[in-house]
Amino acid sequence: MKVTLQNLTKVFPGRSKNNHADVVAVNDFSFEIADGELIGLLGPSGCGKSTALNLICGLQEPTSGSIFFDEDDVTNLPPEDRGVGLVFQNYALYPHLTAMQNILFPLQNIKGAERLSKADMQKRAHEVAALVQIDELLDRKPAELSGGQQQRVAIARALAKMPRILLLDEPLSNLDARLRLQTREEIRRIQRETRITTVFVTHDQEEAMSISDTIVVMRSGVVEQIGKPQDVYDNPMNLFVATFLGTPPINVFSGEISGGKLLIGKEALFETNGFPDREVYVGIRPEGFIPDGNGPLHLNLRNIEVMGRDVTVVSTHGASVNPVIRSIISADSSIDVSATEVSFSVKRAKVFVFDKDTEARII
Amino acid sequence: MDKRSRKAWIYLLPAIVFLGLFMVYPLIDVSIYSVEEGYNSASRTFFGVGSYNYSYVLHDPYFMQAVKNTAILVIFTVPVSTCIALLISAGLSSIKALRKLYQTIYFLPYVTNTLAVGLVFMILFNKTAYTDGLINLIINRLGGSSVDFINGPYWAKMLVLCIYTIWVVMPFKVLVLTSALASVNQQYYDAARVDGTSKMRIFTKITLPMISPIVFYLIITGFIGAFKAYSDAVALFGTNLNAAEMNTIVGYIYDMLYGNSGGYPSFASAAAIILFAIILTITCINSLISKKYVFYN
Repeated sequence: MKVTLQNLTKVFPGRSKNNHADVVAVNDFSFEIADGELIGLLGPSGCGKSTALNLICGLQEPTSGSIFFDEDDVTNLPPEDRGVGLVFQNYALYPHLTAMQNILFPLQNIKGAERLSKADMQKRAHEVAALVQIDELLDRKPAELSGGQQQRVAIARALAKMPRILLLDEPLSNLDARLRLQTREEIRRIQRETRITTVFVTHDQEEAMSISDTIVVMRSGVVEQIGKPQDVYDNPMNLFVATFLGTPPINVFSGEISGGKLLIGKEALFETNGFPDREVYVGIRPEGFIPDGNGPLHLNLRNIEVMGRDVTVVSTHGASVNPVIRSIISADSSIDVSATEVSFSVKRAKVFVFDKDTEARII
Repeated sequence: MDKRSRKAWIYLLPAIVFLGLFMVYPLIDVSIYSVEEGYNSASRTFFGVGSYNYSYVLHDPYFMQAVKNTAILVIFTVPVSTCIALLISAGLSSIKALRKLYQTIYFLPYVTNTLAVGLVFMILFNKTAYTDGLINLIINRLGGSSVDFINGPYWAKMLVLCIYTIWVVMPFKVLVLTSALASVNQQYYDAARVDGTSKMRIFTKITLPMISPIVFYLIITGFIGAFKAYSDAVALFGTNLNAAEMNTIVGYIYDMLYGNSGGYPSFASAAAIILFAIILTITCINSLISKKYVFYN
C-alpha cells in the first residue's frame, strides 16, 4: 500500500512556565512511501520522527495536512480503523499474557464478518510466529523472554491482523549490539517476505542505511533530505546531512574559495572554476584521503589505529572544526608512524563544499 | 553472632519490643484466658482449664446473631464497595477537567469522623415523631410507604448498616485504585487502541490484570476490616446492639468485657480467638484464589 503525507504539520502548544512558544514537532511534511517499501525516518532525538510515526499511526492528530493510504484519506480516522501494525520501542507486550495470547489479542478484537474462527486465529498466530521464528516460545510470558525474543513477539503481534502498513518505533534501541545486527537483518527478511509497506524510526544512521530502501533525514521537525541511502550518503544536500550520515563521521574544515581554488588554510585542494569567492566548510569523508607525499593536505599526525582490514589515521589540523581528523586508508599503504606530519591528496567525489552561512552544499 | 547481624538486631529491637509487648504478649494472654474456665477478674482465680468458654460462646444466641450480621456485612459490602470504587476510579482517570475537585469530594468521607457520618445517616434514615427522614420522604414520593430504618425490621437496619459501611470504606479504595490506574503504562493502552480493542475489553483484559495486586490488597484488607466492624453499628444503632439485633463479633467481644453483661474476659477471649480463626481462614482462602487471578509484574 502506498502512503502519502501532504503538508503534514504537528504543533504542540508550549506549556513550560518560562517558555510559551509552541513546539513544531513535524513541520510541513510532504512525501510518498511507495507500496512495499521500507522507509527509514532518521534524525537525532527530538527531531520529530516518532511524532511523524504517531501521526501515520493515528495515535496523534495532525495540526494540519493530510495522510492518504493509497487513495483513502485517513487523516481523521482513529488508529483502529487504519489497519496499521505498530511495534513500540519498549515492545509494550501485555506482561500478564503469554506470547501466544499477545499475538492472538488483536485477532480477538475483530468483530463481525471479518472475525476469524478460533481455529483460524490459532492458525494465523502460528503462521506469524513461524515467520518471526518464535514457535517454540509461545507459552512463555514476556518476562521469561529475552529482549530479542520480545521484539519478535511484538512484530508477530503487529503482523497478526495483516495490517496495511507496519510501523516500527526505534525497534532495536533496547537490544545489545550483536542482537541489534541480527534483528535488523531479521526485520529486513520479514519485510521482504511479507512485502508490507514499512516505516522504521531510528536515530542510528548505520541502522537506517543498512535496511532502508529509502531514508528520510530529519532535523527539528523538517525533512532535510530524502533518497536511497547510498545516494544521500554520496550526495548530501547540506552540512547537517553530511555530518549525520557515516561512521566515523565526515571531517569538516573551515576553508574558502578564493581565486578559483578551494583552500584549507593556505593549501589549495583543487580548482573551483566558476564559483565566486566566499567562506566555506569543506567536508571530507574518512575514506576520501589518499596518502601522497606530494599531496596538498598536510595534517599533524596524532596516532594510528590498526583495524586489520584498514588503518585509521588520527591527526589534527588548525582549520579542522572537529578536534581530530580521522582518515581511513588501506592497510597496505605505508605510513611512517614516527613522523609528525602526514600528507594526503583527496578523492574529488568524497569532498563536499558547503556555504558557511546557509550550510547548503555548493560543490 | 557476627557484627553485622548484631547491628541488625539492635536496629530491630525497638520494633520487636513494642510488637512483643502490644501484639504477641496479648495474643498469648488472650489464648490463655480463652481456656481458663470461670475466670474471676476481681480475684484473678479460675476453676480449671477446658473448652467450656468456646462452647458457651458458640451456643450464645447473641454471638450467633453477631456472626450472622458480620457475615452479611462482609459478603455484601466488600465486593460491592470494591466494584463501585473501581467504577468511580475508572471514571476519575478518564476525565481531565475537575478531576482534582472530584477526587477531593470522594475522599471527604475518609477524613470525616465515623460518629459524625452516623449522625448524617440518622438524619437521612431515622424515623421520628416529627419526620420520617429524607429517604422515607423520597420513598413516599415514589409511591412507597415509610420504613423505619433505625428501629424497624431487621433487613432495613442491615441495609442501612451495609450502605453506611460501603460509604465509609469507599474513599480509601477510590484513592488507592486511582493511583493504581495512573501507574499503568500508557503504552499498553496505545497498543490496544492501535489493535482496535474495545473500551470494555481494554478494561477487563488489560487494566484489571495490571492493577490486580492492588484490587487483591483491597479485598483482603476489606474482608479483615469488615470482620472487625463495630463502631459503624454503634454510630447508627447506639451501644445496646444486642437489643437492636445489630451486634457484630467485635461488638460482642466488647460487650463481654465492658458492656451491661460484661465482666467475662474468658468469653470475650474465646470469641476473639474464634474471630481470629475466621479471619485467618478467609485470608488463606483469598490468597489461594488470588494465585490464579492476580498478576505480579
